[in-house]
Amino acid sequence: MAFDFERLVVEDVSRHFGRRRALNRVSLTCGAGTILGLLGPNGAGKSTLLAILSTLLAPTSGRVRYGEHEARTAGARLRARLGLLGHDLYLYPELTARENLTFFARLYGLDRPHERVERALAHASLSDRGADQVSGFSRGMRQRLALERALLHGPRLLLLDEPFTGLDDASGHALLARLRGLRDEGAIIIVATHDLDLAEGLLDQVAVLREGRLLSVPSSSGSLRERYRETVAAAQAAQDRGPR
Amino acid sequence: MARVFLPLVLVAMVLFAAAPLVVANAPPEQTMGLVQKIFYYHVPSAMLMFVSAFVCGIASAVFLFRRSAAADRVALAAGELVVLFGAIVLVTGPLWARKAWGVWWEWDARLTSSLLLWMIFLAYLLVRRFGGPGSEKLAGAMALFGMANVPFVYVSVNYWRTLHPKTSVVMTLAPGMRAAFWFCVAAFAALYVLLLTLRKRLEDRQAEVEQLYLAAED
Amino acid sequence: MRQFLRVAWVVMRKDLTVEMRSREIVYTTVFFAASCVLVFAFALVREGRPLEDAAAGILWISIAFAGTLGLGRTFERERHTETLRALMLAPSDRPAIYVGKLLGILALMAIVEAVLVPMIGLLFHAPVLARPLWLVALLGLGTLGFASVGTLFAAMLVRARSRDVLLPVLLYPITIPVIIAGVRGTAALFQATPDEPMARFWAALLVFFDVVFVTLSLWTFEPLMTE
Repeated sequence: MAFDFERLVVEDVSRHFGRRRALNRVSLTCGAGTILGLLGPNGAGKSTLLAILSTLLAPTSGRVRYGEHEARTAGARLRARLGLLGHDLYLYPELTARENLTFFARLYGLDRPHERVERALAHASLSDRGADQVSGFSRGMRQRLALERALLHGPRLLLLDEPFTGLDDASGHALLARLRGLRDEGAIIIVATHDLDLAEGLLDQVAVLREGRLLSVPSSSGSLRERYRETVAAAQAAQDRGPR
Repeated sequence: MARVFLPLVLVAMVLFAAAPLVVANAPPEQTMGLVQKIFYYHVPSAMLMFVSAFVCGIASAVFLFRRSAAADRVALAAGELVVLFGAIVLVTGPLWARKAWGVWWEWDARLTSSLLLWMIFLAYLLVRRFGGPGSEKLAGAMALFGMANVPFVYVSVNYWRTLHPKTSVVMTLAPGMRAAFWFCVAAFAALYVLLLTLRKRLEDRQAEVEQLYLAAED
Repeated sequence: MRQFLRVAWVVMRKDLTVEMRSREIVYTTVFFAASCVLVFAFALVREGRPLEDAAAGILWISIAFAGTLGLGRTFERERHTETLRALMLAPSDRPAIYVGKLLGILALMAIVEAVLVPMIGLLFHAPVLARPLWLVALLGLGTLGFASVGTLFAAMLVRARSRDVLLPVLLYPITIPVIIAGVRGTAALFQATPDEPMARFWAALLVFFDVVFVTLSLWTFEPLMTE
């Protein structure tokens, strides 16, 4: 199915749950071959934005364009080009690594499922553990497997929610290398994370969310951590000054 | 809606003021005498309970498939009215049954079907109240399924019942009673429309308040 | 269409594979159903003789209770790993996922009923072998009606509060016609001379019910599961 897109455009997206405004008129643009970092404190709206981008949630106003297409009209064909790695890893603990991957390969209707599954296991460095139940895997192993599951169908847009949580140093760096490789192949990658040190040097674009709003990030030089602190401080100062 | 509202209130008031007189002047029924007059409240309430169930079911379908928030508010109002009118039916029914047949409850097809429908919409309200976020959709499915269920409930209860033959509830209406009966139906119908409108209005205001609350945060 | 069936099949096979690894739900649900039968037997049997038609009633009540339990447990498992989300993300027809889940539940119920029917036959001297095909037809149609509505509601309740108590609250009123038809049809078959026309009538009602409610469930699955 030749359905693809080169740009992701978020236009004025808002989402509220009853009285709680989770996202407030967020706009951003992302092209192919970019890694965008979604930063912000807990409750800022990062997970909500990722859910909307993955089409699992609809915005209450505004829209998201994937190239020329929108979620509601594109439907299943769009979902074939999206990959989501949530905080819960979406793996069946009672199944083996190979069975997990094979299930998703078959569900997605991919051709040559066995080949793809073996290749994915190799990428995750789990080829020798393919026949073991996932319930016996460490967090790092599950993360690697879950990432490969999200990549099985070669998505154009990859969304990752806190992927570095619970990873040790080696796994974290392996993940960084994998993401860079995907970026070079033209994927759009959006990573929501707290881990500013690991994200340093990975991100091409930075978006900071606070209380549902997108803050403008100073493009000054300095480490990611410094720029993030500056942004948040500026926003806090603006809020303290009160409405004009 | 605003313009129709005041005339609607007046019409309903007039009808209800006149109803007791109309009912009192209706010819008394031979065997049951005064008690039979419960019928003038019982049957219109039952009719409106079923009407409301259909209104709720259809509004829920519109809400589910067209994502119309207004339809959801209508569904909520109609759902509450099913429970309200159903309560009237289920209280007046046994009161009448006690006097007419000597027992409080009869596993009669209609009464049992009404009880079941009432419970379905009671569950509808329970889900909306206790289901947490996103429960409006689940309740909507419940209402839709409940509405679709009405013929099945009636048929199955009817045929289940015939294995335990009991006296029938069906009454033939003497001509003098017909006028009184339809008057009461009209009165209850006016009351129903009034309550539905009022309740939906309340929900509309509530939704407006939520919008304002959100806008005020900007 | 082929894709639809393929997705449903894949989902069902996955559910059965997962269940076969631990067999937790199968064992506990079957045991629960058997306990139900015993509890009702003690409640309804007097001086060693069951009340008339008690066998049919006890059978269907146990199916309803065990079914509700099985539904709750199956979807609780999905909730625990959030895998329902992953299923919704797939580029497949959403109703196909519903059908896959439904088939899995039907398989579970079939196992439960395979234990319950002989139990009822033994404990209540019910003539389960008198008209076996009609009995199987009634059980199949009734279970399908019950499970079709149950799968939909249980899937939707995964993200709701108070989900344990809400499933029976929602499911039982809607499936009362199924229970009535099942009990009366089965009771007709268990009589001294099995009443086939009666059983046929109730089976026909169940067919109508199934057609209407499976269709409704297929229609409403996607709008219910997406926000």
